[in-house]
Amino acid sequence: MDRKPDSSSAALDGAGRVAANGLIDRRVFLMRGMAAAGAAATGASAAGWTAAARAADSIGQNALPWQKTPGAPFRPYGQPSGFAETVQRGVLQPYGDLAPGAGVSLTPLHALQGTITPSGLHFERHHNGVPAIDPSRHALTIHGLVNRPLRFDLGALSRYPMLSRICFIECSGNSFFNSFPEPQQKPCGMIHGLVSCSEWTGVPLAVLLDEAGTQANARWILAEGADAAAMSRSIPLDKAMNDAFVALYQNGEPVRPEQGYPLRLVVPGYEGSMNVKWLHRIKLTEGPTHTKDETSKYTDSLPDGKAEQFTFVMAVKSVITHPAVGMSMQGKGFYEISGLAWSGAGKVKRVEVSADGGQTWGVAHLQEPVLDKSLTRFAMAWQWDGRPVQLQSRATDDKGRVQITRKDWVAQYAPGQRYHYSAIQTWAISEEGGISNVYL
Amino acid sequence: MFIFRTGLSCAMACAYLGGAIGADPGLGHDATEAEISAMDISVPPSGAGLPAGGGTAKEGETVYAAKCASCHGAGGQGKPADRLTGGIGTLASKQPVKTVNSFWPYATTLFDYIRRAMPFNAPMSLTNDQVYAVTAYILAQDNIFGSGERLDATTLPNVKMPNRDGFVDRSAIR
Repeated sequence: MDRKPDSSSAALDGAGRVAANGLIDRRVFLMRGMAAAGAAATGASAAGWTAAARAADSIGQNALPWQKTPGAPFRPYGQPSGFAETVQRGVLQPYGDLAPGAGVSLTPLHALQGTITPSGLHFERHHNGVPAIDPSRHALTIHGLVNRPLRFDLGALSRYPMLSRICFIECSGNSFFNSFPEPQQKPCGMIHGLVSCSEWTGVPLAVLLDEAGTQANARWILAEGADAAAMSRSIPLDKAMNDAFVALYQNGEPVRPEQGYPLRLVVPGYEGSMNVKWLHRIKLTEGPTHTKDETSKYTDSLPDGKAEQFTFVMAVKSVITHPAVGMSMQGKGFYEISGLAWSGAGKVKRVEVSADGGQTWGVAHLQEPVLDKSLTRFAMAWQWDGRPVQLQSRATDDKGRVQITRKDWVAQYAPGQRYHYSAIQTWAISEEGGISNVYL
Repeated sequence: MFIFRTGLSCAMACAYLGGAIGADPGLGHDATEAEISAMDISVPPSGAGLPAGGGTAKEGETVYAAKCASCHGAGGQGKPADRLTGGIGTLASKQPVKTVNSFWPYATTLFDYIRRAMPFNAPMSLTNDQVYAVTAYILAQDNIFGSGERLDATTLPNVKMPNRDGFVDRSAIR
């Protein structure tokens, strides 16, 4: 094995190897791969299919059932294939039947590709269930330290110039399973699936705040939802004026009920619970309100007993989604290692992949476009020789922040700290092809 | 009505902007005092906006038994839902016990949260007096508030929680 110093990425050698244990530069492999695959396909076609067709009385004898009968007609709203019905969110309800609407459902990252999360698979975090809001009785009220308190009904909001923006939302509780002392053997999505990415469309909050006229002493806003938890968070006014917006649409359709229908506040890059769903009230204030979900919860306990409050910006982070726990290897040979990277501070600049537990690293290919505060897909070609390996990914953002190791993350916080887990994930693959979550 | 009010708002917006007729949509309706006071339920540490009324821990004991104990246990000791009392002094230990009384920095947050979100199966169902009383009851379990004292809009903001100074404000980091 070639050993390279940690944090340096090996240069290409003649075989395209970029790091130990079979990591290969993707461009080299794909060029060879396409040539080989083309030749194989031509051969199969000539020898197999044409001979069979010639011998048959009807080409239907060689066709599959669904080629020989008219397909299903139209339906007003499409659904996934029945064969893909296992692609579902995993649900965690910590209070069980006592409070079935408190908990999370997690995006099955290991079963998805690309960067946009299907709306029906976007993670959920509810503090007391999904309200059934009648949009004709819903409005956004802006009050407090403003010159003119205003109320925007949905008819009015829908007439404002809208922006569309692709961005991730990540619950600050994401990956909390990895804060446990022992590694949890759960599918990748059950560990890391409290992050999702959508194209959100709506009205810049600055436009609405300007219309109400912010007063000079206003420094914060309180954003509140119309759910049974009346979930509320304080947000600095400068962030609210900078890039926050009131989303009416998600991936082109009205925001789903579990994502905040009819209105969701989107606060790009900031922790998930600040992206207040079912938004109905914004109050401008001098200071933060210190709500339950910014004091008791979503604060970060330190070893000395203090707790960090208002840690808004989500860390730079990545996770390999393929291969990962939730799937099994299909023997040695070629795989594409692929995963997701993101940063609440900006764009993903670089993702490195290691197959030897972080001793050598190769730079992964980033799928364009790489967008600000958005999920970015990375990929690395890999020839697995069948021996045990430890796969890791490590992201760097355009602010120079580098994803930290689990050891460093754990050392920062008090025992039992669950929020803002952002450390490097290690997937171990055994000779038998089993994949497990390990701590290094 | 809709058209009339929209037109009115536009006119006022133009007046506010010094008469300029620009690209601003100006489609917000003026929110009335009554509309705002009906929904302005948030209570910051200053206590601004706390309602009239009040209650004692003794009165709160009855409310707690009827509305809270089935989830939060006797005396707020927890199970099946979150523990509310005890744990004071444990935050820097190997086994920190985070409760309302050991961890929350402001008693106003407790009042605010109970009033908006509890009991879980019937949020916003308690009277303001009941919310004051049950807040007093929880605080009194750890002697943060006297069991005979009346918690109200004047006394609540003066309650000093044991962990008031336990938070490090990171809001300047962007």
